[in-house]
Amino acid sequence: MPDLSRFQAARPALPWLLLGLAVAAPFALSAYDLNLLARFMAMAILALGLVLIWGHGGILSLGQGVFFGLGGYAIAMHMKLSDLPQGEIPDFMLWSGRESLPFWWTPFASPVFTLAAILIVPMLVGALFSWAVFHRRVGGTYFALITQALALAFSTLIISRQDVTGGFNGLTDFYSIFGFGLASPGTGPGLYWVTLAILCAAFVGLRWLLASRFGILLRAARDGENRVRFLGYSPTPFKVVAFAIAALLAGVGGALFTLHAGVVSPALIGVVPSIEMVVWVAIGGRYSLAGAIVGALLVNLARDAVSSAFPELWLYLMGALFIFVVTLLPQGLAGLAKGKGA
Amino acid sequence: MDSLFLNQLFNGVSLASLYLLAALGLALSFGLMRVINMAHGEMLMLGGYLAWLTLLVVPGAAGIVLAIPVAFVGAAAMGGLIQSALIRRLSARPLDTLLATWGVSLILQQAARDLFGAIGVEVRAPEWLSGSFMVGGVTLPSARLFIILVAALVLAGLALLLLRTRIGLLVRAVNQDRMMASAVGIDVRRVDFTIFCLGSGVAGLAGVMLALLGPVTPNVGQSYIIPAFLVVVMGGLGSIVGTTASAIILGLFAALAQIFVDVSVAQMLLLVFVILFIQVRPQGVIAVRTRQLDA
Repeated sequence: MPDLSRFQAARPALPWLLLGLAVAAPFALSAYDLNLLARFMAMAILALGLVLIWGHGGILSLGQGVFFGLGGYAIAMHMKLSDLPQGEIPDFMLWSGRESLPFWWTPFASPVFTLAAILIVPMLVGALFSWAVFHRRVGGTYFALITQALALAFSTLIISRQDVTGGFNGLTDFYSIFGFGLASPGTGPGLYWVTLAILCAAFVGLRWLLASRFGILLRAARDGENRVRFLGYSPTPFKVVAFAIAALLAGVGGALFTLHAGVVSPALIGVVPSIEMVVWVAIGGRYSLAGAIVGALLVNLARDAVSSAFPELWLYLMGALFIFVVTLLPQGLAGLAKGKGA
Repeated sequence: MDSLFLNQLFNGVSLASLYLLAALGLALSFGLMRVINMAHGEMLMLGGYLAWLTLLVVPGAAGIVLAIPVAFVGAAAMGGLIQSALIRRLSARPLDTLLATWGVSLILQQAARDLFGAIGVEVRAPEWLSGSFMVGGVTLPSARLFIILVAALVLAGLALLLLRTRIGLLVRAVNQDRMMASAVGIDVRRVDFTIFCLGSGVAGLAGVMLALLGPVTPNVGQSYIIPAFLVVVMGGLGSIVGTTASAIILGLFAALAQIFVDVSVAQMLLLVFVILFIQVRPQGVIAVRTRQLDA
């Protein structure tokens, strides 16, 4: 079939074509659609991290929402403070009867501190948490269950500390970021391009990392942890570093998502959202970086389309997707694409 | 302070018995198959709704007695269905089983929401269960005493089954070394199936107990299942003694922590406690001896 072979020849050009389309998207899409796309891209950054730990490291995390939330709350706290006149405290604190800013809010007034916190806090929490579990050779199913407990504990803690976290409603009503008005016409495309650039950087960086010796050892530890030990390596540092990188990407994704969505709340980072993040990657293909991006975009697009019309239907659909992908299509869409192309 | 402490001590034992009932099935099948059924919490929910339905047909004191076997059989049947239709096909992939059964859990929760409504249904406890005793300044609600009694009976029953019957012998053999058990002619898949049904049935029974304490809602199982997962993590592979000890430790810890901090902080402390515990004993409270390297 001549047509198919022509398509095959065009395959290497496909990523560049898609990148070109993505860069040009602000000129073609409405502001609403562009905002939606930017949100999904922020989620795709988190999804890339799951490919690293779950696909290549065999570490299933059901608590990525925690790191997503740490990044999201960091930037939200900064925006809350920067929109206020000097010396005032956010409105929700006043409503719950607080009179002064908690000490750990204060440094978030500084943009530099906030950016550093977005990068460092999720990574540090991820590294310490995973080290505490992995260095005692606890992993696999146990680790997944512990991460789920982490997601539950983190989201209930936020809900119960209404006076300093905004509680169930989260933090919202932002007007500006680093001096740019969120409502002004240039900001939307600008933030979109920033998100796209970070997504591309994360993609290229992880491709390099997965092809390096680090990636080989990570996969080796996934397939035979004890064999790796017998060869003289300790798998723990590799798994901890991978988990910390995934936490970093989740934090960055969370911060960008909060910018685009204009809100961060426990409903976006608890147990159910955390496991939904895994389904993006399961559908896209857990071993494939490109698959994870496609999965995150497609699942969220579908969610947006289905759940606005039939909210109940979405949960059935997601449950069925979980069962279907895991039993019949463990390599996700990326596995399908590979099967057709080869 | 003293009576508060004693009250929380009693609440801790009562919480521990619920954790135990929820975790026993998980721990048994985890020991055999190394898989966790994320839809196990929905077996609690199913048990609760079955109790409510039973009481609609047979109101009064006889209803609650009848509800226990009904919930047990109903949840066991649902567990058997999940095991044979899904988990058996995935038995070599523990993490995928986790995800697939989470899908089942979502579907069951949403189905319950559509069938019975999101607010939940109320099971009216019979009179002999709605009173309470006062012992030395401590209030002991009859329903909670009843739950502790049921948990103790279930535990004794399971211990008898595992230690004194032929099926128990087979279960222990598969638990210790699956390959060897299979090599000497034990039908390991049948053992898996039986234990899975049994564990789900116990969870269904726990659901009846939950119905005595509060309304049955579509996500009633969720609030008990995550602590139950932690019980399994801390208990040690497939050991009943370990699971019981870890349920008691975590139940008491959660209840006693609430003397000093609120529920949400107590939840965080519970997780921190489990992580600290595995620093000391990563193999769990009781480690079942095995010759397998990758247990």
